[in-house]
Amino acid sequence: MSIELIESDKQVIEWFAAGKVEDFPVDAGVAVKYKDTQLAVFYFSDSNKWYASQNLCPHKLEMALSRGLIGSEGEEPKVACPFHKKTFSLKTGACLSGDELEISTYAVKIEDGIVKIGITE
Amino acid sequence: MSSIHLNANKATILVVGNGMTGYKFCEKFVDKGLMEQYNLVVFGEEPWAAYDRVHLTDYYTGTDVHDLKMAPRSWYEDNGITLITSDPVVNINRDEKQITSSRGHQLNYKYLVLATGSAAFVPPVPGIDKTGVFVYRTIEDLDNIKSYIKDKKDAVVIGGGLLGLEAAKALMDDGLKTSIIEFAPRLMPRQLDETGGSVLKQKLEDLKLEVKLNKSSKLVLGNGSVTGIEFADGEVHNTDVIVVSAGIRPRDELARQCGLQLGERGGILTTPDTLTSDSSIFAIGECALIHNMIWGLVAPCYDMADVAVKRIAGEEAEFSPADLSTKLKLIGVDVASFGDVFGEGDGRKELVYENKATGNYKKLFVSEDGSKLLGGILVGDAADYNTLFQLYSNEMKLPENLDSLLFTSDGGGLEFNVLDLADDAVICSCENITKGNIVTAIEEGDLTNIGQIKKCTKAGTGCGGCAPMLNDLMDAVLKASGKEVKKVICEHFAYTRQELYDLVKVEDIKDFSDLIHKHGKGQGCELCKPLAASLFASIYNTPVPQQSAIQDTNDRFLANIQRGGSYSVVPRIPGGEITPDKLIVIGEVAKKYELYTKITGGQRIDLFGAKVHELPLIWEELIAAGFESGHAYGKSLRTVKSCVGSTWCRYGQQDSVSFAIEIENRYKGLRSPHKLKGGVSGCIRECAEARGKDFGIIATEKGYNLYVCGNGGANPVHAVLLATDIDAATTIKYLDRFLMYYIKTAGPLTRTAKWLAQLEGGIDHLKEVVIDDSLGLCAQLENDMQGLVDTYQCEWRTAVENPQHRSQYRHFINSEEDGSSLKFIPMRGQKRPADWVKEEDPIAIGVGVSS
Repeated sequence: MSIELIESDKQVIEWFAAGKVEDFPVDAGVAVKYKDTQLAVFYFSDSNKWYASQNLCPHKLEMALSRGLIGSEGEEPKVACPFHKKTFSLKTGACLSGDELEISTYAVKIEDGIVKIGITE
Repeated sequence: MSSIHLNANKATILVVGNGMTGYKFCEKFVDKGLMEQYNLVVFGEEPWAAYDRVHLTDYYTGTDVHDLKMAPRSWYEDNGITLITSDPVVNINRDEKQITSSRGHQLNYKYLVLATGSAAFVPPVPGIDKTGVFVYRTIEDLDNIKSYIKDKKDAVVIGGGLLGLEAAKALMDDGLKTSIIEFAPRLMPRQLDETGGSVLKQKLEDLKLEVKLNKSSKLVLGNGSVTGIEFADGEVHNTDVIVVSAGIRPRDELARQCGLQLGERGGILTTPDTLTSDSSIFAIGECALIHNMIWGLVAPCYDMADVAVKRIAGEEAEFSPADLSTKLKLIGVDVASFGDVFGEGDGRKELVYENKATGNYKKLFVSEDGSKLLGGILVGDAADYNTLFQLYSNEMKLPENLDSLLFTSDGGGLEFNVLDLADDAVICSCENITKGNIVTAIEEGDLTNIGQIKKCTKAGTGCGGCAPMLNDLMDAVLKASGKEVKKVICEHFAYTRQELYDLVKVEDIKDFSDLIHKHGKGQGCELCKPLAASLFASIYNTPVPQQSAIQDTNDRFLANIQRGGSYSVVPRIPGGEITPDKLIVIGEVAKKYELYTKITGGQRIDLFGAKVHELPLIWEELIAAGFESGHAYGKSLRTVKSCVGSTWCRYGQQDSVSFAIEIENRYKGLRSPHKLKGGVSGCIRECAEARGKDFGIIATEKGYNLYVCGNGGANPVHAVLLATDIDAATTIKYLDRFLMYYIKTAGPLTRTAKWLAQLEGGIDHLKEVVIDDSLGLCAQLENDMQGLVDTYQCEWRTAVENPQHRSQYRHFINSEEDGSSLKFIPMRGQKRPADWVKEEDPIAIGVGVSS
């Protein structure tokens, strides 16, 4: 059982069970329904790391980030929105392509083969 | 009202106006280190952080507001500047040195900087306040025009200057019949002479823009909304929309209200040290009247900002009259003028060149002894502008043969090497950056692209006119230092696409993980992953569904993502031929899944609005009726368009439909560096528009003429002739070789036309390779292509028949809901996605948007 946490100063108020590890795509993202909102979960096989963020791209407000290509910029893991290729750090949520945009990111841990997302306030 | 927090121990500098000049002042203020001494507070009346007004028309044609920003709001925060938007200053109390804003902020200043800019000048014509009359100045103006013209047909632009012509082009592109009305007897009267103006007029008329000169507006007609305009000569011109672009008027209301001295015809009276009649108040930019003139270009306004910053820092500085050189790509027509454009003064010689057939006009003024260039006008082709401008601004000695000045870029003789320029030669006149600055930056910073030069030196960030010069300088410096100028794919792969193609093929690499471990670094990105996927498909025909994680979203879902996050589905209809039964199936599927249907430009039918989970269901029904994927989502062969040809047409020379079907079926599914389109016409009338395609075949009496490397799109290019009067089998043989050679050697996302333009030796080289087999490659190229043809599979079928792949077609991993935030609105009996939200600034962020 491995636990991967991303840096965050926010308090986790709930570990939300999103699904079984084997159902998640490898080296890609997928959307997760949480209450009335949508999150995106990404798995990087090379580094064996999981990341979660909002699914909403703040640029044109499309529920799209889970369908974007993932990769790295320097050491920073990132996702590129499929609509206009705005890229965001999956660690900090900062926009890496130079726009005044930001996304929320969440911690992810794996427990008993279940992917859990650390919901913050 | 939010409160403003300032350091009580520091004096405050207040900037009124947050346009380009106001922003430039802040930037230079920060660079000078003055933030340690002062609080800097900026008030702007628009809701945005400063944006680039020079490129406003880019916004009209689709560029995002964010892309026009001079700097993000965070830049102000990071530098400790207080930026207050949507809150104009309404009062200045000069005795108390205090301002009041519209929202009630009251602040004291040590120095006040007025950068209030200018507003559009609206001539006092009766009726000009009617609905449907607009100015062309701010983002709001453009938004208002956009929404007003939706159902309108005819537009008039008042003013034939720079901005007026841009506005006219934008309206014309939105489908309105557009006329330009100019008061003066020629277009761009301040930049062009009579011949230059008439050459430009002819060019615009060729583009179907109407130009009316010598017209003085008398009355705007209409009851509430505009219906027309009446001129002083009695002519009435009916129109639905009027856009006024008749010059600028300095925004001097605030200065007037607090009693600063103004010029007779407006503008804040300002000395060359940028001070107004109050020694605590500066005025910079288009609101300032300096040297008895309003300076309406970026470069002089930036100079004023620089002077004001230096004065505040206690340095000596003066604004000197600037050069009003301009170079523009107007409506696809180059126009440039520099120096003394009207040849004023004695003892000057004129050099004139005019080609009426092509609409090229050049006029240059040289000194009497022929040693120096004093100014000039270029219309139609301004490729020589940068060279000529450097000769002029650096007062360089001219060559003996002055004729060469008129033909510098066409191989006419003048050899000009950017490295020969003096180190203090100004390359970027907006930012005042010299050749020496740039060369030093390149050498010391190890810079290898223009973006880095812009970032390091700010050169090229103003009007952008010096970009070609920066490029030349970059290449020359790198070449001189023995470095190779190489176009690598991205930070993960230090190879060109062609090199990677060879590595993949030679080492038999078949997946991305293997490729990046052997030849790259990091975890890949949105550039190299789809590129690798395309290579694997071009070399091994690896079915796309097997590598979905490295595909762009369209390839991952085998459909085209549309606004709102739905997808469109395009079945292949080879050659545009379809049976009534198949048409009925498309209609039934569209009805069942409530899809918007549209005939595409490639003679097939696009079904819009499918949700992700519906895609496999739709494909299954289409496949059952004999359809296949049309690959509309891929960088691959799209369509081979045809005219009806000799089977029905009384003019047809060959059966173009049958040949188009044969070719489309041969190359369907072929992955390439960019999309590929083809066409087959049955005769010289060319109804299939084959010469606007990557490959075009036009039937002749004896066989076919084969054209290659054309495209439509933003920069239309006609395909060029590769071979004449060849039979069908030879056509296919040459096509195999041509396409495979392109796939092997082109850069990423490079279409055939651009590839040919960059190919050393051009079409002659291509003929030698494809027809004469000069490289001995032809057997290999044909063999590779045959391999791809033999291993074709319909990707939709592969996807629906593979349970693991099929399981990806759902929105949520943990819910059956379709999860889409799709909202549709009805239109002409069908539906379309709701408009994108209008951008707020900054956009509220969070997950709290419900599904």
